[in-house]
Amino acid sequence: MVTERKNIDETWLNRLKGSRAIWPLLALAVILIVDGFISPNFYDIRIVEGRLFGNLIDILYRATPTAIVALGMAVVIGTKGIDLSVGSTIAIAGAIIAWRIHAGDSHFAILLMALGAGIACGVWNGFLVAGLGIQPIIATLILMVSGRGIGMLINLFYGGTDPSFESALLQGLSTGHIWLIPTRIIVGLAIFAALWLVLRKTALGLFIEAVGGNAAASSLAGVNARIIIFVAYIVCGLLAACAGVILTADTHTSDPVSVALYIELDAILAVVIGGGSLAGGRIYLGMTVIGALVIQALTTSILISGLPPEYNLIIKALVVVFVLLLQSKNVRALFSKKAARPSP
Amino acid sequence: MSLKTILAGSVFAMASFAASMAGATTIGFSQVGSEGDWRPAFSKNMQDTAKDYDVDLKFADAQGKQEEQLRAVRAFIAQGVDAIIIAPVVVTGWDDVLQEAKDADIPVFLVDRDVEVKDKSLYVTRISADFNLEGRLAGAWLAAASKGTCKIVELQGTTGSAPAIERKKGFEAIISQFPAMEIVATQSGDFTTEGGKKVMEAFIKSTNNLDGICASFAHNDNMQLGAIQAMKEAGLKPGQDVLMVSVDYVPAIKDALAKGEANASVELRSAVGGFIYPVVLDYLKNPHELDKWIVIPSDLHTAKD
Repeated sequence: MVTERKNIDETWLNRLKGSRAIWPLLALAVILIVDGFISPNFYDIRIVEGRLFGNLIDILYRATPTAIVALGMAVVIGTKGIDLSVGSTIAIAGAIIAWRIHAGDSHFAILLMALGAGIACGVWNGFLVAGLGIQPIIATLILMVSGRGIGMLINLFYGGTDPSFESALLQGLSTGHIWLIPTRIIVGLAIFAALWLVLRKTALGLFIEAVGGNAAASSLAGVNARIIIFVAYIVCGLLAACAGVILTADTHTSDPVSVALYIELDAILAVVIGGGSLAGGRIYLGMTVIGALVIQALTTSILISGLPPEYNLIIKALVVVFVLLLQSKNVRALFSKKAARPSP
Repeated sequence: MSLKTILAGSVFAMASFAASMAGATTIGFSQVGSEGDWRPAFSKNMQDTAKDYDVDLKFADAQGKQEEQLRAVRAFIAQGVDAIIIAPVVVTGWDDVLQEAKDADIPVFLVDRDVEVKDKSLYVTRISADFNLEGRLAGAWLAAASKGTCKIVELQGTTGSAPAIERKKGFEAIISQFPAMEIVATQSGDFTTEGGKKVMEAFIKSTNNLDGICASFAHNDNMQLGAIQAMKEAGLKPGQDVLMVSVDYVPAIKDALAKGEANASVELRSAVGGFIYPVVLDYLKNPHELDKWIVIPSDLHTAKD
């Protein structure tokens, strides 16, 4: 082979391999290609009831709440923290929505109340982590285990036998559409843009990554680590409540026991698939969204595959392991060493 | 140890004496906990109907813990109640405490879930609904409503859970009698509205808008309610385009039945005191061998009833 040509190839390949973005995107592409084989009309997109309709839209549609929660999780993980209570925050926000709708409040006020509840949950977690210095995994575990109980107590305020409701505003945000596009995708994009502006166009993102990278050093540099961590948990709580509004309005009912069950794990997974490290110090917003899309694409493919549901979790676990292996530098190094070793 | 036994014995003697003085039958009821909608309703019904049968019910909530439940049952034995009703938290680990009850001559009745014991004579009988029967009833209704020709999508409950396994088995047992009835897609919706909606959205895509699908069978109403929303959002008419049959008969499915968006729901009764107390009291009056499982009959509701 010509040496020059080889060099060009290598730099191109290396740059590609060096890019964090390539592996999750590759995983997403592989999943979508496999889907095309499973179901021939997988890529069809039609217009039904005035909105775009198809498997690809479904993936975006269903990934939106997880992606919103994962964005908040990415911020908290950036501070070297973790928030296990996002599912409970969603349950509380949902219970408040159903309760106040039964009480007859204005639906716009109810939206603000639900978001306020998310902020309150964030303040509580932030107080425990930044104020009292409790380990994040323990601090947020408290709300994780108690939050769904709080949601059930709220349901009891109005009898709690049938917490279903109708709301044009909230359901508009969740299952409605503007022109042809589902509103929740627009809401998700708006949240993404707002978060990106706050983190990248102010110093907040830098501060969070500094605190996550090395709290002591950033304190010496004049960053108030406590306030930064506190803010991160509030952002996470607020975003979880946004997802809570979408999920609760989606099912027209408050179900604190099972709504968004294990979403904290999917959110953490999305952050990790997106290249984030639980050691903190880095926030990758765009890649986190890709991570959420990978998870949802996988879920959707399992649903349409016709495989017995007993296999769902095993397949999910295998694909996740595969994606994480692709991302692991050590594993990649192992393979490139093997490839580089001259054959005897 | 012996002192304990003597003490327990004397307490038992005094308690049973006191009970016989009062005339009412004292029954200890150890309930699993208060999760979901159905179980609290079941507990309340047991407490409310106790008066009708002149039963002094001692109620103990195990809060989902077996050790709590064992403690409650031992307390009932020490109090010398006339009979013990247990809704077991788990199926295993019952041999010792049931033997203690037998030694104290207190008959034990199981409700709701089953237990696994080496010696079946340790309990009198199990009185409960039959998940398998619920599935069969749903299948029988659908066979009649579709005249035996039907492609079905199924929303399963949580994978591996007893109601999901038995409702599926019962349903399949009936539709297997009809060569033109088959389940063309089945997935788990985890017994939740959210899960049912997600699964139905995927089914709608994979079957080209439920083309040729005649029915949706859901292992509980919550999943069916989610499926109804998914179908409406896709411009389909649940209840008309597709027959909707599910299990539980919760308040929200009653509305859906009234609106014609659901067609049938098998009731999971919470008002079962009226089935349980007569069996227990009858046995106390006249102890005799009973079947090891007394099934509480299921009921199926449509828009008309």
